[in-house]
Amino acid sequence: MTLADRLHFAWDALHGFRMRTALMLLAMAIGVASVVLLTGLGEAARRYVMGEFSSLGTDLLVVLPGRSETVGGPPPLLGVTPRDLTLEDALALLRHPAIKRVAPLVIGSVPVSAAGRERESTVVGTTADFEPIRRIEIATGRFLPAGDPRRGRPLCVLGRTIEAELFGGASALGETLRLGDRRCRVIGVLGSTGRSLDVQLDELVLVPVSTAQALFDTPALFRVLVQARDRTLLERAREGILATVRARHDGEDDVTVITQDAMLATFDRILGTLTLAVGGIGAISLVVAGILIMNVMLVAVSQRTAEIGLLMALGAPPRQVLGLFLTEAGLLALGGALLGLAIGALGAALLGAFYPDLDFSAPAWAAPAALLLALGMGLLFGALPARHAARLDPVAALARR
Amino acid sequence: MLELAGIGRDFEVGEQTVHALRDVELNVAAGEYLSIMGPSGSGKSTLLNVIGLLDRPTRGRYCLDGTDVTVLDGAARAELRRDKVGFVFQFFHLVPRLTAAENVGLPLVLAGVEPDERRVRVARALERLDLVSRASHRPDQLSGGQRQRVAIARATIMEPRLLLADEPTGNLDRHSGHEVLELIEALHASGLTLLVVTHDPEIGRRAGRRIHVVDGRVEEQVP
Ligand SMILES: Nc1ncnc2c1ncn2[C@@H]1O[C@H](COP(=O)(O)OP(=O)(O)OP(=O)(O)O)[C@@H](O)[C@H]1O
Ligand SMILES: [Mg+2]
Repeated sequence: MTLADRLHFAWDALHGFRMRTALMLLAMAIGVASVVLLTGLGEAARRYVMGEFSSLGTDLLVVLPGRSETVGGPPPLLGVTPRDLTLEDALALLRHPAIKRVAPLVIGSVPVSAAGRERESTVVGTTADFEPIRRIEIATGRFLPAGDPRRGRPLCVLGRTIEAELFGGASALGETLRLGDRRCRVIGVLGSTGRSLDVQLDELVLVPVSTAQALFDTPALFRVLVQARDRTLLERAREGILATVRARHDGEDDVTVITQDAMLATFDRILGTLTLAVGGIGAISLVVAGILIMNVMLVAVSQRTAEIGLLMALGAPPRQVLGLFLTEAGLLALGGALLGLAIGALGAALLGAFYPDLDFSAPAWAAPAALLLALGMGLLFGALPARHAARLDPVAALARR
Repeated sequence: MLELAGIGRDFEVGEQTVHALRDVELNVAAGEYLSIMGPSGSGKSTLLNVIGLLDRPTRGRYCLDGTDVTVLDGAARAELRRDKVGFVFQFFHLVPRLTAAENVGLPLVLAGVEPDERRVRVARALERLDLVSRASHRPDQLSGGQRQRVAIARATIMEPRLLLADEPTGNLDRHSGHEVLELIEALHASGLTLLVVTHDPEIGRRAGRRIHVVDGRVEEQVP
């Protein structure tokens, strides 16, 4: 029997029992569509988070004081305390050719008051370069001025929420603010901070780094943001940072440098796993569809017993009967899978229409994987009824009408 | 052509053993026309199924064209059945979703014959059995006589040497039954070996050789 004839025969049989065929197609289609849609949702989440992070700039390095946990190793020798990361350290980094900008950060919390209102607020000391590094938008006024970071003037830039809370809707520009025991003039208000995941810029007060150091009475930096000249120079910049700090800290490697890429890779891995997990949930519905195919095919075999007996009487060997029923199962699975892919694509397009910011298209592997899995399920669960058919006794089968 | 020696066929029904065939000795030469008669439940259909390789005897030796077929496996028996044996059943056994032409061509499809050749052979068979105008009809659109003619066309499309008919007229009125019988006898006239199981003594008498089956034993009726 040629393949074309086999397909034709199976097609006729499926066509002859429309209700049954439609049901099985539907079950398969739902399974495949749920794989495609669920992985699409997972991918949308992954893409969204990755987008958020790369909007922070993938040419960024973060320098933290202290060694990150080394793998085991002896505890630090007595008497060796990690040195502070200082403003001088940060400024020294600028001399490296691979480094474009640095933004030292000092962070602390103090009471902030103006016009009789007071609240506790996070104050961040930094430099003018923080603006381009973090792609800050200014709503009114301007950002901290450039100039010698060691001698900052008593100026500050407010987040939107802080401005609203202290000035109650009125413009804060030009007003004076009390930060602990110091006073400073508001020269700018931050605009929509939009996509920023790590710190809530809306709630911050930004001051020159030296002002913050004096305010919190510490020379130590919380961390330093470093921008490389180019993405490709990240590794050179990292080496530059380590070498510079080592030279300035008596040969001690006492800072940790984190690349944005490393963080991105971690998130990518976590969210990729999540996508796999929800895809797996979808795959379970394919197994359910496979079991349904098995049930319905078993009914089909018993309903078509006389036909099977006839095929045998006409000289079809058991293998051929097996092949015919497997072909039916395979066609059902394939047809259902294709239908499911179409439904999945439609569903993704529909979701996309409601949430235009997100892209719900499934990852490239999802469609072929769902297709293969559907086919596998169809054949696996079709095998039992097909074997049942192939093992029928032709005489007994023919006697059934 | 057929040599049956000491053939027995037992069926286990619960605790009991039913001896459907007992110690059957039968030789049939190529081109003979046999009628098989006997009371209901005597083993006529079982005998025909054994001869047509649909059923395996429990014991004995059966040679078809000189080869011992009792030792062959299922696939080999299926191949012999496909190439050498044509069946005509009381209840026609047409596939309801296929047209008359498709039903006739089914053995060719199963045998893997190319579509072009298939079309030619099916057209010839339909013409021979006067079914051309019914080629695209489905079984439920045909009369009983027409259905049995489709079944005969299907049974002969592989050009078998042996035609086995189990009560071919049992489900037909007198007129169509007569028509069908004449078609079958015409096939015998053209050289086929023919075995017909029947309850109708009138039909039984038309055969060259008459076999009587009683309680699983075969007796030759001497005319
Ligand atoms: N699959 C089976 N299982 C058990 N017993 C069977 C089976 N097939 C046939 N028999 C028994 O074998 C005997 C012969 O049956 P068979 O069908 O050959 O009779 P028959 O002569 O064709 O009868 P009829 O004229 O009614 O068609 C009967 O007693 C029947 O009950
Ligand atoms: Mg019978």
